[in-house]
Amino acid sequence: MRLGLRIAKRFLRSNLGQTFLIVLGIAIGVSVQVFIGSLIQGLQKSLVEKTIGNSSQITISSNTDEKRIEGYEDLLESIKLLNPEIENISIANDNAAFLEVEDNSQSLLVRGFEMEEADKLYNILDRLEEGTYPQEDNEIILGIDLKEEYNLELMDSVSITTTNQKTIDCVVVGFFDLEVASINKNWGITTFETSKNMFETGDTITGIEIQVNEDSAFIADEIATHIVDQLKDPSLEVDNWKAQNEQLLSGLQGQSLSSILIQVFVMVSVVLGIASVLAVTVMQKSRQIGILKAMGIKNSTTSYIFLFEGIMLGVFGAILGVALGLLLALSFTVFAVNADGTPVVALYISSNFILLSGGIAVVASVLAALIPAIKSSKLNPIDIIRNN
Amino acid sequence: MEKILELKNINKIYGEDIKTQVLYDINLDFEKGSFNSIIGQSGSGKSTLLNIIGTLDKPTSGEVIVGGVATDEMSLNQLAALRNNTMGFVFQFHYLLPEFTAIENVLMPYEIKHGKPSKEILKKAEEYMILVGLKEVKNNMATKMSGGQQQRTAIARALINEPQIILADEPTGNLDSDTTETIYELMREINKKLGTTFIIITHDKKIAEKADRIIEIKDGKINMDISR
Repeated sequence: MRLGLRIAKRFLRSNLGQTFLIVLGIAIGVSVQVFIGSLIQGLQKSLVEKTIGNSSQITISSNTDEKRIEGYEDLLESIKLLNPEIENISIANDNAAFLEVEDNSQSLLVRGFEMEEADKLYNILDRLEEGTYPQEDNEIILGIDLKEEYNLELMDSVSITTTNQKTIDCVVVGFFDLEVASINKNWGITTFETSKNMFETGDTITGIEIQVNEDSAFIADEIATHIVDQLKDPSLEVDNWKAQNEQLLSGLQGQSLSSILIQVFVMVSVVLGIASVLAVTVMQKSRQIGILKAMGIKNSTTSYIFLFEGIMLGVFGAILGVALGLLLALSFTVFAVNADGTPVVALYISSNFILLSGGIAVVASVLAALIPAIKSSKLNPIDIIRNN
Repeated sequence: MEKILELKNINKIYGEDIKTQVLYDINLDFEKGSFNSIIGQSGSGKSTLLNIIGTLDKPTSGEVIVGGVATDEMSLNQLAALRNNTMGFVFQFHYLLPEFTAIENVLMPYEIKHGKPSKEILKKAEEYMILVGLKEVKNNMATKMSGGQQQRTAIARALINEPQIILADEPTGNLDSDTTETIYELMREINKKLGTTFIIITHDKKIAEKADRIIEIKDGKINMDISR
């Protein structure tokens, strides 16, 4: 073993140019893998984050005719208690109404929230373009698109007419931008108390909205099923983001698959590259192998020479490849940026993924070295001696 | 005298479809500590004979007995160990490993046998380098030496495991006559000093005549076998 390693080191060192080229070949494969992997993972993370990061992942609503949930306080407590994955839970009292500004009128979904809880879920405070969030009675915030449409200013008064023809004047204390046009045009957010009074809904709500912790986001459907089992109430409907975003999910899956496919083909080409170069090395070194065998070296030791060459090339290739890949990733985040300076795609650098890529390269190199190793062990010294 | 090597009814046939017989019923014994030369024209089968003696090649039929042990039933690894322990090879094209220095080449058979060389063996290797007159160039890469120096390195390498037999196939074939003389004198000296058995193939009659015994191979048969 030791002699095999020593000879392998010497063989690699004696032809530094060739060794460097092989290492570079492996490194480029690994760097492409690291880069593409980080890119796709980053892309997926940011897509998922954008889709579900600031929205309800599990929504409980009622399927009765009135669409209202009664006795919600007990419900909240028991759901929170039974599901440790839940990070944020917020109630909503949603009612349709009309927004009237001077002569104009449009439909408006008035959402009544416990503002502190809802802020954790929707991150409303950070997404306020102007003003603050509603705290007092009859304060409301509207989408940024409505501000432009009706030339509204902070502290302007707007009238809200409920389906019961009751009209209440509200003060606009802020404008939010939730980055979805339909929401920015159609939502009005107010306190739970205001909506309760406005729509005379008493102690009922229309929905419970839940966000689970980051690790559980992709098992939101399972958690939703748990909740259904726990509630044992057929009048309640539990929906989850995965069911609502099947297209996105299949898109993500397709992306993952194609990314894996790319990585597999990159690795296959790297393996073939190393295998063919190492196979040529056996030819190059057949004279030396013949001499060593004439001197009595064992067939297994000559195999070790090429296996060690494979390991060393793999390890150096992996290290250089990871470095190159990270450099590539870094330059991508520095040079491929949006107008505001943020990277087009935020890369996700996972140390586990990098270790895996490096590990695969080493394993692949060893596998590639198997053929020359076997070939060298079968080499008959007499063929070398006789042919010279 | 004790027999170190015995060849019994050795036949060698090459080829599957078109068979070419190279050696015919060779019977030969070699005494321990003897200095033997094998001569013959090219194509006579002398190199094949030497390769069979060295267990590098297998006879089609017949037995090779090294130090009283039959080799025909040995596995490849057993043969490798036998070669490593009892034989040293010196070839015409010296066959040093170009990736290693002269002294590393000399130590290689020892490393194959024992692993990392000890201080004593390093000293011994140096002594052999002095013996073959290569003290000054022992740390040169194998490729950075003259033909004669490479051949002398190969002799020192053949000696390192203190083998009982040294097999040399035209060791001076591509060297000038002065160097040839030096190499032969060196081998003769080692033969006397260490009692190593030498079997040397040569086409140089003058050199062959200096040996204790001359065996001439002609068309795969022993044509002449004289001892002095």
